[in-house]
Amino acid sequence: MTEQARTRVAIIGGGPGGYAAAFMANDLGLDVTLIDVEKNPGGVCLYRGCIPSKAFLHVARILTEAREAAYWGIAFDEPKVDLNRLRESKDEVVKRMTGGLGQLCKSRKIKYIQGRASFEDSRTLSIIHDDGATERLETDYTILATGSRPTPLSELFLESPRMMDSTAALQMEDIPRNLLVVGGGYIGLELGTVYAAMGSKVTIVEKESTLLPGADPDLVEVLHKRLEPFVERILLNTSVASIKEARGGLAVTLEGKEAENKPAQFDRVLVCIGRRPNSSGVGLKNTRVSLTDGGLVEVDAQRRTKDPYIYAIGDLTGEPMLAHKASHEGRVAAESIAGQRTAFEPNAIPAVVFTDPEVAWCGLMEKEAEAKGIEVKVARFPWAASGRAATLNRPEGLTKLITDPDTEQILGVGIAGTGAGELISEGVLAVEMGATAYDVGFTIHPHPTLGETIMETADLIFGHAAHVHQSRPEPREAAGKE
Amino acid sequence: MANEFKLPTLGEDVQSGTITKVLVSPGDSVSADQPVLELETDKAVLEVPSTVSGTVEEIRAQEGQTISVGDTVFLYTGGGEGDGGKAAAAAAPAAQEEEQKEEASASGQKEQQPAPSSKEETKDEAKEDAKQAKEPPARKDARSKAEAPPAASAQDKDNGSERKAAPRRSGPVPAPPSVRRLAREIGVDIHEVPGSGPQGRISAEDVKSYARQVNTDVRGMGSAGRAAPLISLPDFSRWGDTERSTLGSVRRRTAENMSVAWTAPMVTQFDKVDVTELEKLRKRYGKQVEAAGGKLTVTAMIVKVLGAALKKFPQFNSSLDMDNDELIYKRYYNVGVAVDTDRGLLVPVLRDVDTKSITEICVELSGIAARARERKLSLEEMQGGTFTVSNLGGIGGTGFTPIVNAPEVAILGIARASVEPVYQEDGRFEPRTMLPLALTYDHRVIDGADGARFVRFVADVLEQPFLLFLEA
Ligand SMILES: Cc1cc2nc3c(=O)[nH]c(=O)nc-3n(C[C@H](O)[C@H](O)[C@H](O)COP(=O)(O)OP(=O)(O)OC[C@H]3O[C@@H](n4cnc5c(N)ncnc54)[C@H](O)[C@@H]3O)c2cc1C
Repeated sequence: MTEQARTRVAIIGGGPGGYAAAFMANDLGLDVTLIDVEKNPGGVCLYRGCIPSKAFLHVARILTEAREAAYWGIAFDEPKVDLNRLRESKDEVVKRMTGGLGQLCKSRKIKYIQGRASFEDSRTLSIIHDDGATERLETDYTILATGSRPTPLSELFLESPRMMDSTAALQMEDIPRNLLVVGGGYIGLELGTVYAAMGSKVTIVEKESTLLPGADPDLVEVLHKRLEPFVERILLNTSVASIKEARGGLAVTLEGKEAENKPAQFDRVLVCIGRRPNSSGVGLKNTRVSLTDGGLVEVDAQRRTKDPYIYAIGDLTGEPMLAHKASHEGRVAAESIAGQRTAFEPNAIPAVVFTDPEVAWCGLMEKEAEAKGIEVKVARFPWAASGRAATLNRPEGLTKLITDPDTEQILGVGIAGTGAGELISEGVLAVEMGATAYDVGFTIHPHPTLGETIMETADLIFGHAAHVHQSRPEPREAAGKE
Repeated sequence: MANEFKLPTLGEDVQSGTITKVLVSPGDSVSADQPVLELETDKAVLEVPSTVSGTVEEIRAQEGQTISVGDTVFLYTGGGEGDGGKAAAAAAPAAQEEEQKEEASASGQKEQQPAPSSKEETKDEAKEDAKQAKEPPARKDARSKAEAPPAASAQDKDNGSERKAAPRRSGPVPAPPSVRRLAREIGVDIHEVPGSGPQGRISAEDVKSYARQVNTDVRGMGSAGRAAPLISLPDFSRWGDTERSTLGSVRRRTAENMSVAWTAPMVTQFDKVDVTELEKLRKRYGKQVEAAGGKLTVTAMIVKVLGAALKKFPQFNSSLDMDNDELIYKRYYNVGVAVDTDRGLLVPVLRDVDTKSITEICVELSGIAARARERKLSLEEMQGGTFTVSNLGGIGGTGFTPIVNAPEVAILGIARASVEPVYQEDGRFEPRTMLPLALTYDHRVIDGADGARFVRFVADVLEQPFLLFLEA
């Protein structure tokens, strides 16, 4: 090696955080090198997270809707599932997306290095290639975006071909007859939904008293009610005491409120109870980067770590561990390196659970307001009153707005119902723009759509506040008013 | 992708200024802290440092133009390769660099390899970190439960250190991201900006006008300051030739401040001090102070005495907050000293006079007065005063009634000392050097008797300097 390779900005990890940072830095005129162990950028999100799971959830939806067409008098035969083709199509989607990102890097002249990077010191990276060769890269700044991984199964229970984490579940080797999903968080529920639609008898255990702990109960309830007939059982306040290999399956003993004494047999067990930040093995001890007890990287509003040459973004910096949060942080970090006055300070980060129905929310939610003693005014609009929901035969949804009682500024939005994931963006925009209920209520929404429910919910808020908009006629008795 | 560099807030007193020089041109690389404009403001000529780094694309500011906080100065494309390898190193604190070195040698590495391309490109060394270091301190986001469902809200973060300064609002501010960014760029805390829109929504214009208004508001006098006397001017040329000349910024500022100050009911208390002994001391020790680099003046000695006086009479070191029905006592004693310059009256501030020796005060005063005359005072040097002294004795006069420098509540005027026959207890007249003092105070805050006591205290100490040790 005659001349030391160097770059202005190195980015370790090509997930939604890393590649968003790379593109932004590139837009800002910086010289960028993106490093990932995979052939192309994409990260967990594209290879074994958001995208493959959503592809499967799309298929699950087709299956469910075909079955439910019976309501309209349309009957289909039981579908035949070609697992090979299903996997292939999913892989094609992934390949198309990741290949596209690789292509984008090329056309933008972002240097992409396939390899595993670690710090020799704050400004020197060593990169090990697949073939064992190493190279060294000098950097002015490094953005660390190595993401997270599922908590290793070996640490939790036992290692067995019948045990799956989310990555294995997305390989979809087979459709087990009986599947136990450990963890009622969003990943467990999404993957459980996929397998249930494919025909698995799914049992879900959650150690907390509710599915999606942390989300507002009224939203969760909408999902819970519909899941109940769809899966075998949902056991709350229950956890796994032990898992043992048994003939032709796994024998699982549960403990807790709803657990039975004798072990139950499952073909497979899917464990989705947490993700670990990839902060070890990257040579952080050779830098000044500091970690929390949980291994998350400590960062400031610019996503700068305690080491002035190193930024960190994405799952590595903590909750919410979501792709769009990672990307936004990536942009902020790149802007900061380019010398802009910037900060990660969203008023709302949307969260979407892509189950059927979907659950989505953003901003301040009731549960949090309660916990923090923040006074809010909440309006709820049950979808039973929505024409669009009726035409879809999906009346179980709920839209709610959390507002400031004095100003009626919209602080948070929650939606449970089919299509909630697409609908929530309007809520995020409303919160970020500082919109009031009046702003949203007086924005014309197309009819008949599910989006109208947001407008109607807003109407409920200011309809009650006679002192603010007196010129408005008395609110009609909204069907959805509680 | 071009970004805008907008005129940042430059201190609470600066809302706008006239551009006297543009120091960059299109194509130049700029780095954080590099001066890009020379701006004449109400009080001083300042260099405006860039807060960004990158390459200048287009200049939007012109010489002679008046520019306000938040207005665009130039467009730039960011970061760029122009600020090659040294960028980060230039700004990282020295101690850290050393640590770096140790770390590097430990791993058998040369500390820093120059960029292969740095030769052509380092003509401007960015100091990005320097700027970044000024940004708000770290907020911790240490929520670590991994599989908790995707917590959506950013409320937690909102309680971080950045927002602590702003007790006014707790939740998210009703301002869109673009406006919040504008505020950050020009150094305004968005939480403090009053929104003019429905339900207090904040617009970009609100942020800019808040930045402009900050100072007027701080002065607590509302709009009174701007109101010019409602006299319609006659046509003066009917009686002879006239000439119109624009008010210089200092003059205009003085006019505004005086109008504001005039709205307070003021009383002036006179006294005379026998400084015969003090003058002897001054002559005796003058050389010593000169050797230290200052000039032992009556003003300096009075400033020292004021340190003790303001501590003894804290209401003279206060400000009135009528909006909140409160009196704000300041626990620091910073005395402004009026200096006559060719641009008009400037008032540089001597800080913490209670903790400084007379020699220190003399040295500082000589320096600051000289800088005032050379127009080299920085804004900071003219801010934060709690009391003002104005000495016109060098010019003459037997007495005058100074006007309080709002929002301070009192000012001490010093006229020319003269030798007078003073009646002594034994029936004789003796020639004594008498110094006339005039204390003007804001009668809303200070009562007449306290006014008289305050001047008398100052006079007593000047007559018997030993009192200073007894009192302070
Ligand atoms: C099943 C599942 C479903 C999900 N669904 C959603 C969803 O619907 N919506 C959503 O927003 N989020 C979803 N997520 C979460 C989302 O995938 C993550 O939040 C996101 O990928 C985090 O992005 P990141 O950039 O921080 O890191 P990652 O995406 O984790 O990428 C990190 C990259 O760094 C690479 N890397 C690690 N160490 C090194 C090293 N030393 N050298 C080089 N490369 C390295 C890794 O190989 C990886 O490619 C899901 C996650 C899972 C598991």
